[in-house]
Order: sequence, then structure tokens, then C-alpha cells
Amino acid sequence: MIGRHRHLLGLADLSREEIVEVLDLAVSMKEVLRRPIKKVPSLRGRSVVNLFFESSTRTRSSFEIAAKVLSADALNWTASASSVTKGETLIDTARNLEAMRPDVLVIRHSAGGAPRLVAEHVSCAVVSAGDGAHEHPSQGLLDCFTLREKLGTLQGKTVTIVGDVTHSRVARSDIHGMTRLGASVRLCGPPTMIPPGVEALGATVHHDLREAVKGAHAVVMLRIQHERIGDPLIPGTREYSKLWGLNARKAEEWLDEGCVILHPGPINRGVELAPEVADGPRSVILDQVENGVAVRMAILYLLAGGSAEETKA
Amino acid sequence: MSQTLFIEGGRVIDPASGVDGVRTVVVRDGVVAEVAERLARPRDVPSIDARGRWVTPGFVDLHVHLREPGQEYKETVETGARAAVAGGFTAICAMPNTRPVNDNASVTELVLARAAAAGLARVYPVGAISKGSEGQELAEYGELKAAGCVALSDDGRPVASSALMRRALEYARAFGLPLTVHEEDLGLVGKGVMHEGPTSTRLGLRGIPAAAEDVMVLRDLALAELTGGRLHVAHLSTRGAVRAVREAKARGLRVTAEVTPHHLALTDEAVAASGYSTDFKMNPPLRSAEDAASCLAGLADGTIDAIATDHAPHSPVEKDVEFDAAANGIVGLETAFPVCLELVRRGALTERRLVEALTSGPARAFGLPGGTLSRGAPADVAILDPGAAWTVEADRLRSRSKNSPWKGKRLVGRCTITLVGGRIVHEEAAAAS
Repeated sequence: MIGRHRHLLGLADLSREEIVEVLDLAVSMKEVLRRPIKKVPSLRGRSVVNLFFESSTRTRSSFEIAAKVLSADALNWTASASSVTKGETLIDTARNLEAMRPDVLVIRHSAGGAPRLVAEHVSCAVVSAGDGAHEHPSQGLLDCFTLREKLGTLQGKTVTIVGDVTHSRVARSDIHGMTRLGASVRLCGPPTMIPPGVEALGATVHHDLREAVKGAHAVVMLRIQHERIGDPLIPGTREYSKLWGLNARKAEEWLDEGCVILHPGPINRGVELAPEVADGPRSVILDQVENGVAVRMAILYLLAGGSAEETKA
Repeated sequence: MSQTLFIEGGRVIDPASGVDGVRTVVVRDGVVAEVAERLARPRDVPSIDARGRWVTPGFVDLHVHLREPGQEYKETVETGARAAVAGGFTAICAMPNTRPVNDNASVTELVLARAAAAGLARVYPVGAISKGSEGQELAEYGELKAAGCVALSDDGRPVASSALMRRALEYARAFGLPLTVHEEDLGLVGKGVMHEGPTSTRLGLRGIPAAAEDVMVLRDLALAELTGGRLHVAHLSTRGAVRAVREAKARGLRVTAEVTPHHLALTDEAVAASGYSTDFKMNPPLRSAEDAASCLAGLADGTIDAIATDHAPHSPVEKDVEFDAAANGIVGLETAFPVCLELVRRGALTERRLVEALTSGPARAFGLPGGTLSRGAPADVAILDPGAAWTVEADRLRSRSKNSPWKGKRLVGRCTITLVGGRIVHEEAAAAS
């Protein structure tokens, strides 16, 4: 359980205290991860199924490692789009997997709300690993964790999220998580990439990058998805990169000292981030990846019902 | 042999003849023989005790999907007609998007034959605007009309080609058939699955802007003006569409419009509140509160002529899936009256206007008989208990499909008895006691 919740379907559902519970536990999980022998028996005998309807390397691997470090058995089930069109419904797939008695079902799906639909039909815990443009709660939590680690707190901090917010589940989870923890969130991108009514989520909207990052303590650069450029949200990557990409000069001139740069990956080097910025001193991108494992360990631990005693072992 | 029936003690609401008060309705040989304040009933004449009830003309629904032929697992003419009379509807217009599409006399005749065999509601087939509803060539309106079609529609999809729409409006004039149009610009709709706004943003579902409907309504009003054709806007759902129709009527254009109970009573927020329930997915989608308020105002001021259910049965095969993948549409015949009655209780609509929009409003829009209890009219009657509270239970719905957003909800107002041509075709067992 995370607070009152049996499932983790989105950060919109979580209170500040529930988010802090996960982040605090992730601190000790990160410590486990840094031991020479990265294994604790906390979830021994439990099993985690990764059910991925969309390709993903990083998130799936991260959940898999998180499960293994906690001694849970992890199974990866990659459902290609073709098997779906062959007729098995999402509910059937989920029920079949549930019959194998997993404790946690981690699901990624291209349709917003799909993990919720699964949660309504299975008795095990369900974790969303990203659903459509809805939420990517574990990414939101790991971004919060990383910022808390780097900035000390999110209370009173300003975070600017730059890019295609319209299609971004990461942006939505970041907005919910970061605002719950007391940060102000600014969104920046061309108007076509800012979805209508997003201010209702508690963020401000900007179209000028320089203005949007002014005084910010952190900048989250979203991936520009080439496959969506036909959608025509932008004329192309050349102008995007010029106006909304971050290169070394802009980072130097526009960002405050101490402002960190996050990216959920994978990076389009030279589009939203110049290589020297992605690899530069402000970048905490690889910390995010490591923290992702720690945060997912905390999520799995809480939802698979591990005991606090066992973690310490 | 003369058959007579007295309906006594009920409050007769018949906007078409201006009656609102306790009256006795005398039905003789399938037609309304008399509506009067005090009438002595001969001893051997049977009667229905309607005290405490409303007695209105049977409801007329301009927009129903009966799924037969081709998708009988969702609904048949018979099950749909059974749902209709249970909801107080005595006349329903059957949309042509069956399999095959009703674009020729043989399909029209089949629907009519099934309706006659069922012997429940009157079923009026709507023929296709284009062959196969594919938007390429005009269907044969002369044949469709001769077979019994009362209107034309490619419902389920818009007539994308402005040129074809122009010719359809012109050609239909020869037969006096209205075109009932499903208005959406497919380019603007894209892969949208719900109304575009703060709720779609929060849920991460692709949005359908209100403008997708507005631009097509404006186009078709311009084409109606050009051609003098009879345009009827189906399931209108946006503030812009209400404004456009209001303005067109003021200019004297022969346009009519309908709105569904769900676009009046629900908003896009219900998609979120229901946790992505596909019983809240339909096309047009549930709109903003502002749009719903505009539709309600348009219904109240007569801009919108009719309440139509867009009864769209789907089975769990189409509905128990991801929101993105689910079919559009909900069943509505059995819940329309109580859902709309709630709007009256909220003070947004008068009782008279509600009954009008369910009876004479739609009957006039398509030139159908009925919709009134004036002398000589067909004795199609709904006897309604406006105070009856009931819970919508899936397995008690007459429709073969159960895709209702009101499942499990408690509604107030129910049809207790329905007459078609003077014959009782529905009687609510529980309410009758």
C-alpha cells in the first residue's frame, strides 16, 4: 500500500504525505543499490510481471532490476501490437497474467486509462509504467526524488518543463508530484505543444524559453518525438532546436547558477539538448536513471507488501 | 367492431393542442376520439386510471440505432422497439448505418417488416445520403422514399465532401426529405476520443475540439441557404453550433436541430469522474459545462426542436476495452425521460417544453404523424409517473445492450404505460401496483 492506495496509477491521486513516504523509502533503497552485494530478501517469494504494450528499454529494465534487487521474481511480457490485433483484449491478457499469481503487475500502454482498466479486473497490485499521454508516475516520483536530492527540497523551488507537453505523460506526473511537494511549475514550448487548460493542473504557461527558465532551480527537457512531427505540431526540428532547445551558450547565459537539467530519456542529442549540455555539469540525467531503480524498489516494496524488517536484513 | 378506452384522471400535457390539465382521453379505433374535462364512461368501456400521472403524446425519437440488419448481437428492431416503448417512445427513426447500409429499398423494407412483426413502436427508417454512406455517390432517394424512408443521413460519419452535400440537399428537395447530418470535421477530430479541454488534458486522452462540430454546422447552414434544402442537425453539442442554428433560424432558414439527453445532463468531467468508463464515450463527445448550458438554453428557447436519444447499443466486445479503442455511443431510450425530467426539476426547462421536445417538436421536424393528442391523431400515448424513483439495472433494460452511463444510478420519473394506435404495448409491472 502507498498510503491509502493498492495501486499506483498516477500522481494525481497521491497526497503530499504519500509521495514523501515513497521518496523516503527510496533513500534507503538507494543505499541498498550502492552496496557491493545488491540483494535484499525483502520480496523473496513474490513476483512482479512487467506487461509492456509499448516498447521501452529503460523503464522496463529499471522495474526488472528493482524487483531482482528485492529478491522478487520478475517476468517480462512484451505484447506486440500484432498480438493485440489477433483478438485478445487487454482485460483477457491481464486476467491470464493474474492467473499466474503475480503480486504486482507493471503495465505500460499507449491508451490513457489502460492501467486503471486492468486494476479494475485483477486482484493484484497494478503499477502504471506510463499510459498514453496520461501519467508516468514512477518517472514523476524519480524526478521528484532527484530534485529533492540535488536541491534539498522542492518547497519554494521553481521547475521549468520544456517541450511537447501535449503528448507527455512525464510532464503531467511531474506537475502533479512537484506541485504537491511545494514547487512552482512552469511549462514552455510552442503553443501547439501546450495542451488546452493545462493551467488547471497548477502550472503556468510560457512560450519564450529565456523567460521560462529565468530564476528556475531545475529544467526538465522533454524528448521531441520524431514520429509525432508529422502530426504537425512544429514545422521541424531545426526551428524547434533553435527556439526551444538548450545549448551550452543558452545554458550559460540564461540559467541560474546551480540550476540542474533533467531529461526523462532517451535524448535526441542536438534537438532538445546539445551534447555538451546533456553531458555537462548541470546534467543530472544519469542520477535520474539510478534513482529510478531506487524509487521503483520503493514502489514495488510498498505495493507487494514487503515488511520493514526484511529490508534491513 | 368499435374499440374504446378511457384514460382517466391524468394530467394531460399536449403542447401541440395547448392542453395542460386533468382530462379524460378517449381512444377509439386506434385514434384519439376526444380529450375533455368531464366525461361519463359507459359501464362496459375499459379504462386506465392515470391519477397522479402525466398523459402525453407518445415520444418521437428522431435518432435511434437498431443495428438490424447485421449487428443483431447488439440490438434488433424488436429489442430496440421494446426499449423504446418502455421509455415512452412510440415512434423511432432508425438510422441507416446497419450492415448492409440502408441505402436501398430492400433494407428499408426489411426494417419495416421486422417492425411490423414486433408490433411495438412505429419505426421510421432513415435512408443513407450516399451509397454505402461512403460519401462518394448519392443514394437513390426516390426509391428510399417510396419504400418508406422519412429522412436521409450518413450518421456515424460526416458528409466530408461539400460538393456532395450540396447535391444531396438539392436532390432531396424533389422528395421533401430532410437531411439529418452528423457534423464533424474529421481532420480536426483526428484521433480524438473525448472533448478537448482541461479534462482531456488531465486524463491524457486526445481531444476533439468543439470547433470540429462548429465548422461543419456552419458549412451546412451555408449549403442549406444555397440550395433551399431541408437541414436537420443531429446530436448538436456545442455552444457554437447552438449559436449558428439560432442565427440561421432568425434569418428564416428551414433548419431544425436535435440534442441528446446526455449532452444536456452530462459533461466531459464525467469521463474523469467515472475513471475512464467507456459508457461515457460517444460521438459527439460529452462537452464542457458551458456547451451543455448552451444546449439547454437552445432547447428552452426553441432553437433546438427535439430531444433525440442517439440510442447506440454496443456489446461488451466493443465496450470492455481501453477508452481509446472503445466504440462510440450509449443506449438512451429507457432513460431519456427521467434524465430530462431532472433538468425540469433544476429549473432549466419547463414541463411543457420538455414534453414538446419529446413529441410535437420532433414530429414536425420530420413531418411525422403523431406527437399530439388532438382529435383524430393516432392514439400513441405515454402515461408517465414523474415521481417514480427507480434504479437503472443492466439486466432489466429491454435493450439488448447495456452501455448506459446511468447504470446503477437512481433516476426519478418513469413511463408506466405506453399505447401505440390505442393498444397497450408496454406496462411497467412494478409501477402499476
